[in-house]
Amino acid sequence: MNARSVAGVSWRAAVFAALALIAWQLPHHVSDFRLIEFASVGIYFIAIFGLNIVTGYSGQISLGHGAFMAIGGYTTAMLIVHRHWNELATLPLAGLVAGVAGLLFGVPALRFSGPYLAVVTFALAVATPSVIKKWGLTGGSSGLSILTFHSNRWYYAVTWISAGILFVLGWILLQTKPSRAWRALRDSEVAAAASGVNVAAYKIAAFGISAAYAGVAGGLLALLSFGVSPGNFPVQLSIYLVVGLVVGRLGPLVGLLVGAGFVEYVQIYAPKWVSKSPGVPTVAFGVALILAVFLATALGALTNRWHTGSRETT
Amino acid sequence: MLFTASDVAQQVVSGLSTGGVYASLALALVLIYRSTGVINFAQGEMATFTTFIAWSLMHHMSYWPAFLLTCLIAFGGGVALERTVIRPVENASVLTIVIVTLGLALVFNGASAWIWGAEVRSFKSPFSTRPIHVAGVAFSIQDLGIIAVSLVLVVLLGLLFRFTKLGLALRAAATNPAESRLVGIRVGWMLALGWGLAAVLGAVSGMMAAPLVFLDPNMMVAILLYAFAAAILGGLDSPIGAVVGGLTFGVALNLISAYWNFVGGTLKLPVGLTVILLVLLVRPQGLLGRRVVRRV
Amino acid sequence: MARLLELEDVHAQYGQVRVLHGVSLAVEEGQVVSVLGPNGAGKTTTLRAVSGVVKTSGSIVFDGRKVGRSPERAARLGVAHVPEGRGTFSELTVWENLRLGAYTVRHADFERALDHFPWLARRRNQAAGTLSGGEQQMLALARALMARPRLLLLDEPSLGLAPIVVGEIFEIVRKLNEDEGLTVLVVEQNANIALDNSEHAYVLEAGRVALHGTSTDLRKDESVRRSYLGY
Repeated sequence: MNARSVAGVSWRAAVFAALALIAWQLPHHVSDFRLIEFASVGIYFIAIFGLNIVTGYSGQISLGHGAFMAIGGYTTAMLIVHRHWNELATLPLAGLVAGVAGLLFGVPALRFSGPYLAVVTFALAVATPSVIKKWGLTGGSSGLSILTFHSNRWYYAVTWISAGILFVLGWILLQTKPSRAWRALRDSEVAAAASGVNVAAYKIAAFGISAAYAGVAGGLLALLSFGVSPGNFPVQLSIYLVVGLVVGRLGPLVGLLVGAGFVEYVQIYAPKWVSKSPGVPTVAFGVALILAVFLATALGALTNRWHTGSRETT
Repeated sequence: MLFTASDVAQQVVSGLSTGGVYASLALALVLIYRSTGVINFAQGEMATFTTFIAWSLMHHMSYWPAFLLTCLIAFGGGVALERTVIRPVENASVLTIVIVTLGLALVFNGASAWIWGAEVRSFKSPFSTRPIHVAGVAFSIQDLGIIAVSLVLVVLLGLLFRFTKLGLALRAAATNPAESRLVGIRVGWMLALGWGLAAVLGAVSGMMAAPLVFLDPNMMVAILLYAFAAAILGGLDSPIGAVVGGLTFGVALNLISAYWNFVGGTLKLPVGLTVILLVLLVRPQGLLGRRVVRRV
Repeated sequence: MARLLELEDVHAQYGQVRVLHGVSLAVEEGQVVSVLGPNGAGKTTTLRAVSGVVKTSGSIVFDGRKVGRSPERAARLGVAHVPEGRGTFSELTVWENLRLGAYTVRHADFERALDHFPWLARRRNQAAGTLSGGEQQMLALARALMARPRLLLLDEPSLGLAPIVVGEIFEIVRKLNEDEGLTVLVVEQNANIALDNSEHAYVLEAGRVALHGTSTDLRKDESVRRSYLGY
């Protein structure tokens, strides 16, 4: 590593340390109730971080990451309810199962370009609840209940420690060769292939890894919500993740945190600030997405492909 | 479900009727895709929103005037939408514009719930639900009516495109925008017109669907998925393909869900997903399309 | 005679790349003017500037009106642009292509088009993309005539065509100019045939006007002979 990247790493490590410190101290300074909200933010952060890998890095748009969250969430719930697993132990498995699903999905996904992949992943998000309901083990329409309760602090801690671990892992991953390969892919598949990048392998890997992240997020969601049901994973969830990503990517990597916070707090504050009528948060998300895209386009941040081109986010 | 000839006939006609709904929406998708390469994810939600408008109008006037007025409003709305929301990003990448349509979908979905509430409502049908007997088999007048409306719509559109100067300009602008400008065609306004027409198609699709599936803010989510399947099956750049795909898919889906117990009424959405996947993997240009899906 | 088209100090760029560095040229009504020069000199860009397809600064005046901002406006004012590569609508029929030529006018002048290209009548329902290169060029020309333009912008008509066909095309252009007074600005790589069929010529090099004068004078010019006429 040259001097510049050493400086870059130190700077980022410092920011990370500062944030970790804040996260650690936070429970002492906010109401217990808020901790659950922050835990939700953490869950969204993990999912959006994963989405960033497949969309922001390897340029494959996914409108279906809610489905991978569902896979992870149901894995967790089924292991706890049917096999009495320890809750924390289910999380890596939730990630693994979702990750494998992502890899399997990544193979046919190679054949679809941008908008077509959007359609396929959209269809995946819409169709997943039906499949879940059909499978007996999942508890059908009523879902599964996780009946162990912990303090709000516990959920907060588990979520953010997981987020921290996954962030560091992801960051290391993105510093190394795969990251350069993904970035090359994003900028020009033809050029990347010509310089020896195994385009297919990297794209599939990106899908798998990002799905794994979503899976862990789903597992955490299952814990936080004391269970899962098909209604927890509507197509809106997948789209909200995309909104969080687009809003978050207007800024540096920390922006993803902002994006996650955005997703959580719009759902809470839109009813309070605008109107309690149904659909208000959805409108807010839609407007935010459109404005964010306008802003990004105007700033010239969007190059020929939809992500923020040369702005390095790690 | 009995596998008798009359049953199958009934299921086929039912399938053609829902197929007509899918075909209209698929045609809307194809219209916009052909001219801009953009897949409009808001097409379904725009249809829902206009159907809600129709619902409100029908409290003040009878069915067909409300129907026509809704179509007019949809047209104007579509044109306005393209000029205000799409135009600022028209030079950005296709994917960027697709994301904007996603935002529009959220806006319309939320707005429908915000303005009219989330409860499920019934929607008037202009056709009676009494059966009509043809060759000894009972068919629903409503089904036949929906098929008729869809047919009329498609034919009208076809006439517009084939025999009018405007239709010719629309076709030219869709395939050769640069050359069209040289001839004096205002391509931007042609695109806006395309959006307007697509909105009308969506409105009709919604108003035909609502009596069947009942009106609520999420009414068209599933139908959008089926419309995607229909359009991809037919070929995303082929208007005839959209109609053929819609009808074919409608009949197939109906037959599958009627006669295959495993699928029944509960796994219809995954059938749509499967069709999309299969077509894109095996024959990406669909039955009648021309452009092959690029990998890069 | 009136100056139908006048470019004054026109700069043009594609994105960040500047292609024209202050081009000035004039076309008088009833003239045929050719623009010569090597590849990349900015010849096509000059025509695009008049149509308004490319971003420009400087003054472009057609028939006393400022143009250069929008092709639709130029078309409406009576400029017909036949772009490089013909610009035919390949998926539409011959008849539909012609019909589109008259988009900006009330009355489509099929007669005139068929006068010069009678064979088009036989092919009216054929998809334009299935015509040969030469036929497409003639179709593009016919289409340009449909709106009764005052000025014809012709971009590299000889590209990819056999010499005989090129000859035919320039003959028709000549006829249109002599019989009907159509003003023509033609961009051509084939300097020979361009100079043979025009009164006035400009030589563009690297986005600037290197030379201009009557075609007869340019024919005799040493540098033109060596660089563009091959002797």
